[in-house]
Amino acid sequence: MVNYAGYIVLLPLVGFLVNGLFGKKMNSEKLSGVIGSGCVGVSFALAVAILFEMMKAPVGERAHIVEIFQWIAAGSLTINAAYQIDQLSIVMTLVVTGVGFLIHVYSIGYMHGDKGFWRFFAYLNLFIFMMLNLILANNFVLMFLGWEGVGLCSYLLIGFWHDRKFDTGGYKPGTATTSDAAKKAFIVNRIGDFGFLIAMFMIFHLFGSLTFEDVFSRAAAVGTVGDKTFFWITILLFLGATGKSAQIPLFVWLPDAMAGPTPVSALIHAATMVTAGVYMIARCSVLFALAPLTMNIVAGIGMATAVFAATIGLVQNDIKKVLAYSTISQLGYMFVGLGVGSFAAGIFHVITHAFFKALLFLGAGAVIHAMHEEQDIQRMGGLKEHMPTTYKTFFVAALAISGIPPLAGFFSKDEILFRAFSQGSVVLWLFGWITAGLTAFYMFRLVSLTFEGAPRWNKDKHPHEAPKVMTVPLIILGVLSIVGGFIGIPASLGGNNALEHWLDPVFERSRMYLALLPDTSASSEYFLMALSIAVAVGGVLFARTLYLRKPEVAQKIASSFKGIYSLFWNKYFVDEIYDAGIVTPVVKSSEKLLWKGIDIGIIDGMVNGSAKLMGWLSSRMRKIQVGVAQTYAIAFVVGILVILAILLGHS
Amino acid sequence: MNPSVDAIPLSYYLGVSAILFAIGVAGVLTRRNAIVVFMCIELMLNSVNLTLVGFSAFLGSTNGQILVFFVMAVAAAETAIGLAIIIAVFRNKQTINIDEINIMKW
Repeated sequence: MVNYAGYIVLLPLVGFLVNGLFGKKMNSEKLSGVIGSGCVGVSFALAVAILFEMMKAPVGERAHIVEIFQWIAAGSLTINAAYQIDQLSIVMTLVVTGVGFLIHVYSIGYMHGDKGFWRFFAYLNLFIFMMLNLILANNFVLMFLGWEGVGLCSYLLIGFWHDRKFDTGGYKPGTATTSDAAKKAFIVNRIGDFGFLIAMFMIFHLFGSLTFEDVFSRAAAVGTVGDKTFFWITILLFLGATGKSAQIPLFVWLPDAMAGPTPVSALIHAATMVTAGVYMIARCSVLFALAPLTMNIVAGIGMATAVFAATIGLVQNDIKKVLAYSTISQLGYMFVGLGVGSFAAGIFHVITHAFFKALLFLGAGAVIHAMHEEQDIQRMGGLKEHMPTTYKTFFVAALAISGIPPLAGFFSKDEILFRAFSQGSVVLWLFGWITAGLTAFYMFRLVSLTFEGAPRWNKDKHPHEAPKVMTVPLIILGVLSIVGGFIGIPASLGGNNALEHWLDPVFERSRMYLALLPDTSASSEYFLMALSIAVAVGGVLFARTLYLRKPEVAQKIASSFKGIYSLFWNKYFVDEIYDAGIVTPVVKSSEKLLWKGIDIGIIDGMVNGSAKLMGWLSSRMRKIQVGVAQTYAIAFVVGILVILAILLGHS
Repeated sequence: MNPSVDAIPLSYYLGVSAILFAIGVAGVLTRRNAIVVFMCIELMLNSVNLTLVGFSAFLGSTNGQILVFFVMAVAAAETAIGLAIIIAVFRNKQTINIDEINIMKW
């Protein structure tokens, strides 16, 4: 069965080619949609079959390498297009194809009537293809192909409605189109990719190979824990991860990426692509384990991002923006998990987050659809009567992300918080705990303002429940958001932490280098759990009282903390700071120095200068040509005489 | 072989040829009438022919004489074209004074 792994990757490519080349001619939404979703669905089925086969096999024989063809061979460098099917990659494959399939199906309803319907499905399939390359690659180069490929698809899909105006949220209003948001995503990611590339060069220089297995098995022979080289390699890889996974300092593209169609936000900018950084670090866990300093930075940045984004999320009014900042915040959690050496906890949160965040985005999409492209939650309210299914599933997802047991988010988030406490520090845990409260608060602010309370929209709108093709994926994701956490019930709650055990062989090697502390007692785990449940419930209840019963109090709080409120509202002015500190200097220096100085002055100057010099010389020379034949004849004769004299003089 | 030719040394031929050539050059450089200039060019050609024939006899080789035939054929063609150009110029400018025919400059 594992030999069919190549088809998991191939099928979405086939879907992309069919839809991309013939989609316009087919001119049938049904056909494009079925081909697009079908390919991903079959991939998912294959992945499930392989998972079952792996589960049956003994632990030592679960991982496989499936070689497809030799890709690059140059000198000592040989790179195969080969896929690594192991415990980690199969889990990620299931998430990508599974959630991807549901979102494809949902898109059939969401994109109905769009003139670029076939183009949308072609891009989505290409995205799945690239994402699977990223996940299944057995070497850095193929992973980088996927890494760049998903970036490209992200760019194409953010700018899918490239002619639409796009609200950046107060920053340079009214001028941006969605293609500006797409460019921003691409360029910011470029910075991270630069780090990834340099890290890859260093790895090849150090290890002489770019295959994961070679690199990780030789790591111990190459250096010891804390070596400077490992620090630089991992910090550069982490720079790549901050770009793709929207962490400080490169998170700025993700909120703007909401300019794309909502299924794209759900698939790429919440459930799958943005977790690529987390996956990459988990995959390179050996290298990161050898660089404790980087691990601390990863945890620190993750936590800073989690708090930072959550505070911004508190006050945003665009339904998708709230979810975008929530995504950044949750990604921060995952990095905390990785940073404290608990790679499995990070991956666990990737999985549960994929379920409930995809659900939240798809629910938001259904709302936006019903409200005729309205995204401002201040102009919603009372939608639960009109869209009961969406409301219920959205509510479940909000509970899950808030960390209310026994929903999915509780287990994964608590695992991370517990590890942050036992392996990290109290400060790390405290910030994580505060963020959990903030998360619960802003999610239920969103739920209350959108679905509950009195309607605040014009009566000429007629919100209605989405069609079945959209609600069924919502329901499935809703179920997954409820039960998804059961794959990782901790031992203290009577579970066996199945996911962690399943992933164990992948992270086994890294644990040799990690200085892990022994787990603290179960009683402290219970205590921490109780605290996180308390803060989650507190956040939920506070939000509901504030926005449903006493909206005037919310106003009062906002006006009495005007400074902080406007700081949050303006997203800490990060866009403005980047614009003033980086973008403007780069643009200005490019224009003044590089363009007008070096390009026009020196390069064009040299080319035009040589032409001018020739012109000037010629204008002097032409004076010699008088047009009188006898003058030429005299010159001719004199010339001959001179030559004759020289020749005779020599002989 | 003709004894009278044998009697005249090669240097005589070359001397006459050189004198003719110099006269031709002087004519080309000093005269203003295009036809006279033209005739002087012919003179130079013929002086060269004389050299060729002289050497040919001296060396006992016919190569030089054959080359002379070629020169004469080319000279005839050149004369025909040259005169045609002079006539065309005269029709346009009513003069064949080459000082006044200086339109071929930039």
